[in-house]
Amino acid sequence: MRRLVLIAVPYLWLLTLFLIPFLIVLKISLSDTALSIPPYTPTLDLGAGWTGVKEFFAGLDFENFWFLTTDELYWKAYLSSLQIAFLSTIMTLIVGYPIAYGMAQAPDEWRPTLMLLVILPFWTSFLIRVYAWMGILSREGLLNQFLLWTGVIDAPVKILNTDTAVYIGIVYTYLPFMVLPIYATLEKLDESLLEAAEDLGCSRASAFWLVTVPLSKSGIIAGCFLVFIPALGEFVIPSLLGGSQTLMIGKVLWEEFFNNRDWPIASAVAVVLLLILIVPIILFQRNEQKQREAEG
Amino acid sequence: MAQTVFEPWNDPDQEPLIQFRNVTKRFGDFTAIDNLSLDIFEREFFALLGPSGCGKTTMMRMLAGFEGVSEGAIYLSGKDIAPVPPNKRAVNMMFQSYALFPHLSVWDNIAFGLKRDRLPKKAIGDRVSEMLQLTRLEKFAHRKPHQISGGQRQRVALARSLAKAPKLLLLDEPLGALDKKLRQDTQFELMDIQEKTGTTFVIVTHDQEEAMTVASRVAVMDEGRLIQVDTPAQIYESPNSLYVADFIGDVNIIEGHAKKSGDGYDITFAEGQPVLHAKTSRDLGSAGKCYLAIRPEKVTVSAEKPEGRTNLVKGTILDIAYLGNLSTYHVKLASGQIIKAQTANTRRIARRDLTWEDEVWLSWTETAAVVLEV
Ligand SMILES: Nc1ncnc2c1ncn2[C@@H]1O[C@H](COP(=O)(O)OP(=O)(O)OP(=O)(O)O)[C@@H](O)[C@H]1O
Ligand SMILES: [Mg+2]
Repeated sequence: MRRLVLIAVPYLWLLTLFLIPFLIVLKISLSDTALSIPPYTPTLDLGAGWTGVKEFFAGLDFENFWFLTTDELYWKAYLSSLQIAFLSTIMTLIVGYPIAYGMAQAPDEWRPTLMLLVILPFWTSFLIRVYAWMGILSREGLLNQFLLWTGVIDAPVKILNTDTAVYIGIVYTYLPFMVLPIYATLEKLDESLLEAAEDLGCSRASAFWLVTVPLSKSGIIAGCFLVFIPALGEFVIPSLLGGSQTLMIGKVLWEEFFNNRDWPIASAVAVVLLLILIVPIILFQRNEQKQREAEG
Repeated sequence: MAQTVFEPWNDPDQEPLIQFRNVTKRFGDFTAIDNLSLDIFEREFFALLGPSGCGKTTMMRMLAGFEGVSEGAIYLSGKDIAPVPPNKRAVNMMFQSYALFPHLSVWDNIAFGLKRDRLPKKAIGDRVSEMLQLTRLEKFAHRKPHQISGGQRQRVALARSLAKAPKLLLLDEPLGALDKKLRQDTQFELMDIQEKTGTTFVIVTHDQEEAMTVASRVAVMDEGRLIQVDTPAQIYESPNSLYVADFIGDVNIIEGHAKKSGDGYDITFAEGQPVLHAKTSRDLGSAGKCYLAIRPEKVTVSAEKPEGRTNLVKGTILDIAYLGNLSTYHVKLASGQIIKAQTANTRRIARRDLTWEDEVWLSWTETAAVVLEV
């Protein structure tokens, strides 16, 4: 009985916070646009009894999903989102790993402070921080001024409203999600393993590749998913920092929803995005579970 | 042909493999190793014995290269090893905590060092199989360290350190987690390996019996200093201090007053008790307080008063500890001291004639007891 309750709690949680909203979105994606409130048909009319339910289901179809395949905008947006999310995950890893490593190497009394510094940005609004980046990346911004001052460039370059700005924005925003799980695994790493590796003939560098990296693998995987999954559907960063040519599915979704008021198409876009995300989410869960098992 | 005894430490022409020269190691203001000098020779099986925290692991770590020295120097084959990094030393260490790689299988753990030497695949495979067989781990070759028992892990650590057949092998409590049978087997294996390969072993152990069995010499340490470095027999038979006598094996300690007499000392230890005599070449000065250390197995118990013994005291049996092959009698003297005497049980229990509360005579020879300075 106790077991049952314990199992029921997370499932109820999932049901109310994930499954029900998902079913609503799925239903909208199967509906047709209409000039009404809400802007789609059919709506379930329970007053009409059984015929009402039958009519309701008769009104649902996969038209919108079919439509997504006919317009190349959509699949291009998906692909480009995947590419941007993938590349920025790699970049976040390249930036984040040394930070996590440095934190784990730092003297014990420094670690809480360093940890605080990593999460400090969360204390201000995400939107404000992205606006701040607009100031840094713009033609007259700090970055251009700095590059001019050092003489790397002689005329200001366009950074804001390009894909570069999007990458910078994503790496900046999601860096803590990469650093923290990696740091958690590196911190647990037993120093004597590195000594054993050196004792058996490894140089410091090869001990790092043969021991440190494999043992932080679960942290790396967790960090990559924690960056990749939200980056794939990212909308604020491409709309504020990206240019008109920056194609990301989150942005398309937003435009369908609010500019075109085409809820059914927007919902179909969201459902497909979710289906795409299910693969990495399941892989992520596997990784977490494997790690738990390894730790016994 | 005369068998030459292996005693390089007595040969002034032998160059030691390892030399500690006035080595001091400090951690902050704590002195872990205190001005220690020591020679260890090639092909030795050298045991470090001492209480927890006396600096055994620290000495090993300095040899392996994980700790520098604060003062003094360590020489390996006559060369100062301070500038040589751990991976360039012909030294392998078995860690007290095992330090097995959790992401690698038993097989890969053992092969780790061999792969670093870029040996051909075949040679690595053969060597690993040999090690697996030696440590009886064949069945576990493909398990990860967290899937085997503590004793098996210890054997993996041992196999991994043996695999590279180093010139010097440091074993930090290599057999602690093994059961008695396996431990004895492994001890003989180690001695065998040593004989075959000529590797020099430095081994840390808490088990004196183990030190006695395997070691060519034993160093007894306390608080970062060496108290006595000698062969197991010497350490046992003629400890140089109360500390060593007490640390190694079971011992009766009698506190008394020594007076020079003939080839040894006369010791008075309590009112109404006879004067004891012990032969010794040691010089305690003319007279003074001393300790007399007597091993229980050197004390004879008898119901009737034996004739012609120099050291003879009378007491009553307080307790008998039956250990199977041995029995230890705890005998209380009239002056209050309790002396332990050990005899081999050659007869069945039922037929033995001594029992609780019996009056018995304890005796030992002039050379059985060791006189120690206070
Ligand atoms: N890195 C360190 N920092 C500070 N003190 C240390 C450090 N390493 C060891 N010590 C201290 O040095 C002393 C000797 O430690 P060591 O590990 O050599 O003991 P040990 O003889 O191996 O003991 P055990 O039998 O318990 O393994 C201990 O008092 C220990 O607390
Ligand atoms: Mg130790």
